[in-house]
Amino acid sequence: MFHRRQEESSTGAKGCERNVTPERKLCGAEDFTSRYARRYAPLVTMPPVPKSDKPAKAEKAAKVDKADKKVKSVKTESAATPAKSPFADVTASDATLRRFLHGLPGVDTVGLEARAAALGTRSIKTTAKAYAIDLAISMIDLTTLEGADTAGKVHALGAKAVHPDPTDRGTPTTAAVCVYPDMVATAKAAVAGSGVKVASVATAFPAGRAALGVKLADTKDAVAAGADEIDMVIDRGAFLSGDYMKVYEEIRAVKEAAGPARLKVIFETGELSTYDNIRRASWIGMIAGADFIKTSTGKVGVNATPANTLLMLEAVRDFRAQTGVQIGVKPAGGIRSTKDAIKFLVLVNETAGPDWLDNHWFRFGASSLLNDLLMQRQKLATGRYSGPDYVTVD
Amino acid sequence: MSDATRLSVFKTYKLYVGGKFPRSESGRVYEVNDAKGNWLANAPLSSRKDARDAVVAARKAFGGWAGATAYLRGQILYRVAEMLEGRRDQFVREVQDAEGLSKAKAGAVVDAAIDRWVWYAGWTDKIAQIVGGGNPVAGPYFNLSSPEPTGVVTIVAPQESSFLGLVSVLAPVIATGNTAVVIASEDRPLPALSLAEVLATSDVPGGVVNILSGRTAEIATPLAAHQDVNAIDLAGADEQLAKELEVAAADNLKRVLRPQAVDWVADPGTSRLTPFLETKTVWHPTGSLGSGGSSY
Repeated sequence: MFHRRQEESSTGAKGCERNVTPERKLCGAEDFTSRYARRYAPLVTMPPVPKSDKPAKAEKAAKVDKADKKVKSVKTESAATPAKSPFADVTASDATLRRFLHGLPGVDTVGLEARAAALGTRSIKTTAKAYAIDLAISMIDLTTLEGADTAGKVHALGAKAVHPDPTDRGTPTTAAVCVYPDMVATAKAAVAGSGVKVASVATAFPAGRAALGVKLADTKDAVAAGADEIDMVIDRGAFLSGDYMKVYEEIRAVKEAAGPARLKVIFETGELSTYDNIRRASWIGMIAGADFIKTSTGKVGVNATPANTLLMLEAVRDFRAQTGVQIGVKPAGGIRSTKDAIKFLVLVNETAGPDWLDNHWFRFGASSLLNDLLMQRQKLATGRYSGPDYVTVD
Repeated sequence: MSDATRLSVFKTYKLYVGGKFPRSESGRVYEVNDAKGNWLANAPLSSRKDARDAVVAARKAFGGWAGATAYLRGQILYRVAEMLEGRRDQFVREVQDAEGLSKAKAGAVVDAAIDRWVWYAGWTDKIAQIVGGGNPVAGPYFNLSSPEPTGVVTIVAPQESSFLGLVSVLAPVIATGNTAVVIASEDRPLPALSLAEVLATSDVPGGVVNILSGRTAEIATPLAAHQDVNAIDLAGADEQLAKELEVAAADNLKRVLRPQAVDWVADPGTSRLTPFLETKTVWHPTGSLGSGGSSY
């Protein structure tokens, strides 16, 4: 996109003035309204900024229709070939990628946390609560990622994913079960015919410390066993030492290896130290073709928090505004209560928008959360507080 | 600074849930008056959500408390008595205010309450001998019955006897390894809320005792229906309320101890220790344990 902008600019088009809507849309191949692109594209491509006069108002109005049509057609085109062309020059070299990522606006830590906290104070009651609980259940990736996992446990988990509350068959199924690659076949059999997907972690989860060949083999193995979704971890070591290209290339390679399976990219936000890093990681993941960006593995101290999830939701929102490509978000780890889950749903609705309020675009990586949701669901149905005796022990 | 200009420092009475002293989730308080109708303090007016939180705390504490050795529970309850002794004056004053007794009578009530803690502290490792033991069976088995705590117990504390009555219903419940959610006397909650401070400083793990103040009917109703409460002691419920609570409690087959006329000063015996116990019976094949030694 930035490349094309440079071409048009240098041909002396009248456009590319920030405030002239139609021209701006014309000169960028995509919707050029994203503030990231607008503000930081010059850092990447350094185009000569033409000093042209703004067009007369009448002329401008006449162009609007035409411009809009063009933008629309471009959007459909970009949907066909997602996320590759727009960032071709960003990912052209290590230096350009670094310049783009470091050119992203810094995160206002205090503002971010205050906004996340403020959105967490919404009171969701009665019918809205019932809706939120069912939605949250349908968004759960029911997860078991333990060294002690057995086929029996995975079977039980699959049964629970299909019928979370056996006493109430109206309960929605969870979105998926999430297991280690060697358990994929077992999980697949356990949820067969139910519409529940099987997600598998791969790429030397959770540390990600393995050679690329091993990671790709891990991924292919999981897909071959029938995984519908792959949860990969990024190489945090490479990311933190500034080798963004390696992270990018690795995601690309895993995406290719995953084939038809949807790819969730785990950043392990707890290990990235800063919000700026989380924003950069989100953009690497999205540019590299992730279908989902996911906060954490659940294996470190700090997991999904409202603030880092809010940040990632902003990233997917801005990415769609810029490219037309929608990407999902999955907070994982540490979300244990219905109250927490509803807070996240409020974040989704208020940040990314209702388009993301669907288990195709938003997931919870959790295991104990489901029991709390079921207990709350039973409370709403019967009026009596439920207890852990009335849900399964996992 | 002379005494005349010193500002009075009022105590903020708070709930006791999970070893912490929160205000009511609802933010409400109500006025507590002494026996003559003079204002004493504001007490938190608990909502059903406070009750729910208290049950969660009690459930969380149950495993550790029930699993502690009876001897240890006895030591801890004895320590409660020690702490009470140290705060005797405070409790005498509060009982005096709450129940309108003379100082001497209030002192006797507090002494009786302290003695009651000691009494139940002694019973922790002895109750198994009187309600459990080896059963004679016609077969080559050992057959052993042992009393087990039933779980989370809701206690509707006596309305009149705000301190001795409270201790008399609370101590036996936790002595046997249950955890408790106590609804303090509606009009006289202050001694109960102060007891929480004693419990918090005497090695009783957080969550073993949770004390709520407020409208008895408002808090007791959701607790009686709560699926995660195993038993309810209706000592302080009036006839009408007791009936409603018993109906609600029937849904998940709670153990219910009905209200009865009790003289709190009299020797309590073991009648309040046994209602919240379950009996676990173990059949154990002995094999041949002759002089030749074990066969397994």
